[in-house]
Amino acid sequence: MSGDYVNLLADLKEDEVLALTKKRLDAKEDPMKILEDSRKGMEVVGSRFAGGEYFLPELVFSGELLKQINELVKPHLKGAVTQKKIGKVVIGTVAGDIHDIGLNIVDFMLDVNGFEVTNLGVDVPIEKFIKAVKDTKTTILGLSGFLTPAFDAMKETVEALEKEGLRKNLKIMIGGGQMDDDVRKYAKADAYGKDAMAAVALSKKWIGAA
Amino acid sequence: MAREWSEMTWQERREERFKKWLNPPGVKFPSPAIEKTYKERATRMIKAFRMEIPDCVPIHLAASSFVAYNAGYTYKDLLYDYSKVVPAWTKFVDEFDQDTADAPGLFPARAYEILDYKVNKWPGHGLPDRSTLHNFVEKEYMNADEYDLFINDSFDFGLRHFTPRTWGAFEPLADMPSFSDFQGIPERLMMMCQDPRFQKLFKAIWKASQENAKHQKVMGECAQISLDRGFPPLMGGIMLAPFDTVADLLRGTRGSVKDMFRQPEKLLETLEIITERSRESAVAMTNMSRSPVVFVPTHKGADAFMSVKQFEKFYWPTFRKLLLGVINEGCVPMIVIDGSYNEDRLKIISELPKSSVVWNMEKTDMAMAKKILGDSACIAGNVTAAQLYTKTPEFIKEYVRYLIDTCAPGGGYILALGSGIDKCDPANLQAIVEAGREYGVYN
Repeated sequence: MSGDYVNLLADLKEDEVLALTKKRLDAKEDPMKILEDSRKGMEVVGSRFAGGEYFLPELVFSGELLKQINELVKPHLKGAVTQKKIGKVVIGTVAGDIHDIGLNIVDFMLDVNGFEVTNLGVDVPIEKFIKAVKDTKTTILGLSGFLTPAFDAMKETVEALEKEGLRKNLKIMIGGGQMDDDVRKYAKADAYGKDAMAAVALSKKWIGAA
Repeated sequence: MAREWSEMTWQERREERFKKWLNPPGVKFPSPAIEKTYKERATRMIKAFRMEIPDCVPIHLAASSFVAYNAGYTYKDLLYDYSKVVPAWTKFVDEFDQDTADAPGLFPARAYEILDYKVNKWPGHGLPDRSTLHNFVEKEYMNADEYDLFINDSFDFGLRHFTPRTWGAFEPLADMPSFSDFQGIPERLMMMCQDPRFQKLFKAIWKASQENAKHQKVMGECAQISLDRGFPPLMGGIMLAPFDTVADLLRGTRGSVKDMFRQPEKLLETLEIITERSRESAVAMTNMSRSPVVFVPTHKGADAFMSVKQFEKFYWPTFRKLLLGVINEGCVPMIVIDGSYNEDRLKIISELPKSSVVWNMEKTDMAMAKKILGDSACIAGNVTAAQLYTKTPEFIKEYVRYLIDTCAPGGGYILALGSGIDKCDPANLQAIVEAGREYGVYN
């Protein structure tokens, strides 16, 4: 059953995977097992995306399916789910930019790949990034931006982190819209990632899990 | 005797529009020399569109809010202080020797504020004052279960659903019964005027229109400044690919993506309706303009958004139909490809009638674009915003040289930016012009 379940989710069969979720819950199956299978399904989605078979529509839609599965499973869970996290990442869209589609996909793909993600949202002022890096003691920061004003906002954010003495133990990745490796150099970040799976690969590499 | 419009081929219609562009009705140039310059520039563009060989590669710089920073102002300054617009624009057109110039692409921020426009945020209105561009607020302005409303009566959907959701002042429209009956309209309008909520709305429209008029006056002055310096206007009309209309404006990216899986038929049916409406409006705008060009910013058909298979199903068929519709009316669609198009996508778009459109690339590999589209259409681009921000004038000149060497042979190339630009070293923008004039001469 669990192999079918993983495939149904990976193939984005909405009605079937939700029906099977209900069936498994009705059969009193351990809800943690269902969540584990959905995590495996998302892994397949991620690798299909990285392999060029899936694109943004499939990623977004798989997120929708996962949300619905979680809602169905939640009432059956005893106590809070404490999944072991492999690392911490703070992400946010820099000041002056309110784009969140890419940001939220990165959030969700990092999360399903085992990271504890602190998503600061959009139009994030520099001070908020600094506070989050201090509070979470993260070693990875992801800066998102879609338009050209993000170039300077990213540069200023990185410079401020340097001034605060937080840069040394911090790996910074950038991504989104008009970002590229030229902007990465300009902003003095460590890496540019072209999509959400690149963010996952970079984060895994930086925590030594790749 | 001149042939009737209805009997002309699309090429003949386009020639009529080119004639109007070359000899703009009602325009009196300050001197014969300026008129000559205007015609030389317009001819350069026209030859590039037709994929013929002009005297040199035409240059087009869509500079957006760079115009403010180049003059020592901020974007917010130009949005709110009309007195700064003309000096900033004058400085820009005097400094950069390109082949077209319209007026700065500023929207009437004060009028939008009065009417509580919700689809944009800008410096001073939802974004920090120092922000250098406005941002679009993407939301599901049409709900997933409202496709039928749109399909059955898109005007009514716009009046009672879309407008009140996107303009706060128009909220009273959401509570009105449908306006679709052919009779009783005067009575309905009287009743509205008696209603205090609509009285408030009408007052707001009046007040906003006063601000809009001031804004338009300044934009008109800028357009005149461009003409007086011999710059042909470029932007005649504007339209979006039908899928982008849904994914940007109506359902948002998330909403449209869900619909691709859950209700593809409704989505496709809606795209057909949008195609016809967009064609009508783009042609009407171009008819009112001096320029034959229809500007088409594109977003969600690019490599980073959808697969080629999805592009072929959801994006291209209605976009193609829309492009052919405006081409058939003699307009020249100038399509800006945000992000990049890969080989498969370039092959798909290469099937339009020869020399009927211009593809302005942001990050697409220009060598590949020339190889695949070289026999099909004029291409333009692609000095990127990142290059303008982060590189030196020497680098930019070298890159422009590469672009000209790669894209200009045989004609059909316009030297242009990959996107708008807000802030950069003006010397980098100047380097484009210098390199273009130096390396872009055809022998």
